[in-house]
Amino acid sequence: MPEPPAEAGTTIDMEAWVCPAPLRDSPNIVMGHGGGGAMSAELIEHLFLPAFGPAADAGMGDSAVLEVGNVRLAFSTDSFVVKPLVFPGGTIGDLAVNGTVNDLAMAGARPVVLSTAFILEEGTPLDELAHVAHALGTAAMAAGVKLVTGDTKVVDAGHGDGVYINTAGIGLIDERADIRPQRATEGDVVIVSGDIGVHGVAVMSCRAGLEFGTTVASDTAPLHGLVAAMIDTGADIHVLRDPTRGGVAATLNEIAKTAGVGISLDERTFPIPAEVRDACGLLGLDPLYVANEGKLLAFVPPADAERVLIAMQAHPLGAHATVIGRCVAEHPGMVSAKTALGGTRVVDLPIGEQLPRIC
Amino acid sequence: MKYLDEFSDPQLARHLVDEIKAATSQRWSIMEVCGGQTHSIIRHGIDQLLPDTIEMIHGPGCPVCVTPLEIIDKALEIASRPDVIFCSFGDMLRVPGSEKDLFQVKSRGGDVRVVYSPLDALKIAKENPAKQVVFFGIGFETTAPANAMTVYQAKRLGIENFSLLVSHVLVPPAISAIMESPTCRVQAFLAAGHVCTVMGTEEYPPLCDKYNVPIVVTGFEPLDILEGIRRTVLQLESGRHELENAYPRAVQVEGNSAAKAMLLDVFEVTDRAWRGIGMIPSSGWRLSYAYRDYDAEYRFSVTDIHTEESAVCRSGEVLQGLIKPHECEAFGTLCTPRNPLGATMVSSEGACAAYYLYRRLEVAHA
Amino acid sequence: MCLAVPGKIVSIEDRDGTLMSVVDFGGIKKDVCLEYIPDAEVGQYVVVHVGFALQRLDEESAMRTLAEFEHLGVLKEEFTDGFELAAQQSGLDNPNARPDVAAETAAMTNGSTEVKP
Repeated sequence: MPEPPAEAGTTIDMEAWVCPAPLRDSPNIVMGHGGGGAMSAELIEHLFLPAFGPAADAGMGDSAVLEVGNVRLAFSTDSFVVKPLVFPGGTIGDLAVNGTVNDLAMAGARPVVLSTAFILEEGTPLDELAHVAHALGTAAMAAGVKLVTGDTKVVDAGHGDGVYINTAGIGLIDERADIRPQRATEGDVVIVSGDIGVHGVAVMSCRAGLEFGTTVASDTAPLHGLVAAMIDTGADIHVLRDPTRGGVAATLNEIAKTAGVGISLDERTFPIPAEVRDACGLLGLDPLYVANEGKLLAFVPPADAERVLIAMQAHPLGAHATVIGRCVAEHPGMVSAKTALGGTRVVDLPIGEQLPRIC
Repeated sequence: MKYLDEFSDPQLARHLVDEIKAATSQRWSIMEVCGGQTHSIIRHGIDQLLPDTIEMIHGPGCPVCVTPLEIIDKALEIASRPDVIFCSFGDMLRVPGSEKDLFQVKSRGGDVRVVYSPLDALKIAKENPAKQVVFFGIGFETTAPANAMTVYQAKRLGIENFSLLVSHVLVPPAISAIMESPTCRVQAFLAAGHVCTVMGTEEYPPLCDKYNVPIVVTGFEPLDILEGIRRTVLQLESGRHELENAYPRAVQVEGNSAAKAMLLDVFEVTDRAWRGIGMIPSSGWRLSYAYRDYDAEYRFSVTDIHTEESAVCRSGEVLQGLIKPHECEAFGTLCTPRNPLGATMVSSEGACAAYYLYRRLEVAHA
Repeated sequence: MCLAVPGKIVSIEDRDGTLMSVVDFGGIKKDVCLEYIPDAEVGQYVVVHVGFALQRLDEESAMRTLAEFEHLGVLKEEFTDGFELAAQQSGLDNPNARPDVAAETAAMTNGSTEVKP
């Protein structure tokens, strides 16, 4: 990592980036930086962290763990910029609650409180905002969290897509839990809690320019109940992560890199619903890279895997839980998959945004 | 999806692989023309299943990869103009021009939009009468009918703020150019299935005769590709060089006559410089005189284009099947999908990107 | 070049003088231009690329092709040497044996070594 600059805001030393002399590097933010893939990771590692300097303390997990006396708290924040605001199966309000609740749950925490900050575009119809706010409140009730503080700002028309929401949350970490990406270990079994690619397809189906009629509805849901059921088995869960932007592929790559393990998957086990597969086929996308919402990935030692799987399958949000692979000693930091035909392919970190293709 | 999923059946794939193994008695080099076929082969690991004696040479059938640099630079210039809404297929967004790509143009305030179909761009033009809407009409013969119909409708409905930036390329001249190259190792071709869906198969038998190569029209699913290879191997082993249709559910000899009639009206043949390969005579389509008013190259006279390719990039050799992607010194180091030096590393149907995305484990880079 | 997928026509209509349709791709429905197959009918399958139907999908031909592939497998079993067939079925020393997904999943869960096909 390059030395932090002497004063905040000085020029960023692009030459020191790990990627050798990038020929096409942009001096501006591009959409790919928000995609959850390699570009997002690079922005954090090579711009934000060095610029923050010694104040930064990044553990690379979805939540920060704070020790306050003998209590461990999880603290997390997330911003929601989904377009359109309302889509099959949910709204930006549902995502705003469940997204942060799930980040806390992935640390093994029971979510307690959320803050809600709104950035509103001038001209946004009030009934649209009310609809979103109502959905947010309902989701909070369902998740058992209180909305305790918030903020509202308005920006000029033409800036911001109607409504942007940021939520930050605090949760109480279960004392039995030591759940961190670094704990992924060779031999760990990788379990996904259910069908993949659902949320991304639901949102894409109403994106202007890509509309297609489908019955796929977003799978947004609060996962802390499922996580509690998993912890209650007494198993030593190593890693939990919800595969949102960038899909299962992005999440597994991040964990592989953080823990320094390889991950080997079996394509034949991936639980992909037919409609998701068809939508991805139509647009030329790979379901592994499509966003999920009410889903989690768990890394569990082999001795504990069966009871965790059974507990998940007994819970409504884990009914389709499936083993999709395991951690291996080979190719540390990389994810590979055995194809249905028996070949092998690398499952790479997505670069930026997934774009539909004609080829 | 019906009529798609069945053609990925692993059990049937094994049967076909066994047949290919049983039939092969010597080394053969087969080129799959289409980038979509390359993608399918690498993604599913089909080349890993084939006997070592069969080499798949990846062809130049990736329109993203071969769109001339000059046209990309023109696209970037037009997209940067404040009164323009520039619409494109997703594939083109990260293709590097001499200095930047469409993604970066968007980040600097250009109105660049991804659409699924060129008709969506026409709709945008209707909805934004005060703006100039330009659609980036790239592709092989498969995509040309869609682009043709769109500009035909624009003219018929008088949607004057719409124009097409055209860069179509054609398969048969590419096959000739490849076979004429002195370093050519290709002994047979898997022809592009969906190109033939439009154009039919009549252009290929003369090429079979002229160059003594079997040409087998092949689809894209794993079973289709294996079947195409199987029939090709049978021809090679028996010394035949014929046109065969291994994709009969979607390809007829005469193709689609309504589409061909439209293509004849809307486009005319032109010489085209294929990026990385060079000038191939009569290998492209541009808008015909009747549609000149809707031709973005005329509407926006873009001058002052100085193209500059990376000195290190060897895309051209990859596209002609002369080297494999990992044989390029820049592969995986200077050149990655994140920072592509050439178009073959940009999208997953480019051979370099396919190898990088799916094959880094086996491909040892010196 | 050519991401074209087969779908079934569910409705046809004229829009602004252009022949359009709704095509069902196994549950996903999309608007598709039918100008190039003007005599297509509801219920037929077409191959679609970037919002345009390029050709009818010949369903009989598709079924025949699949049947041919299956026939290859049948021939193989009927005329193959018995030992070779047994080797295949037991999964020993033969790269073409069908992997047992359930066994592998169980193996993964129990942490034992991967069952190699």
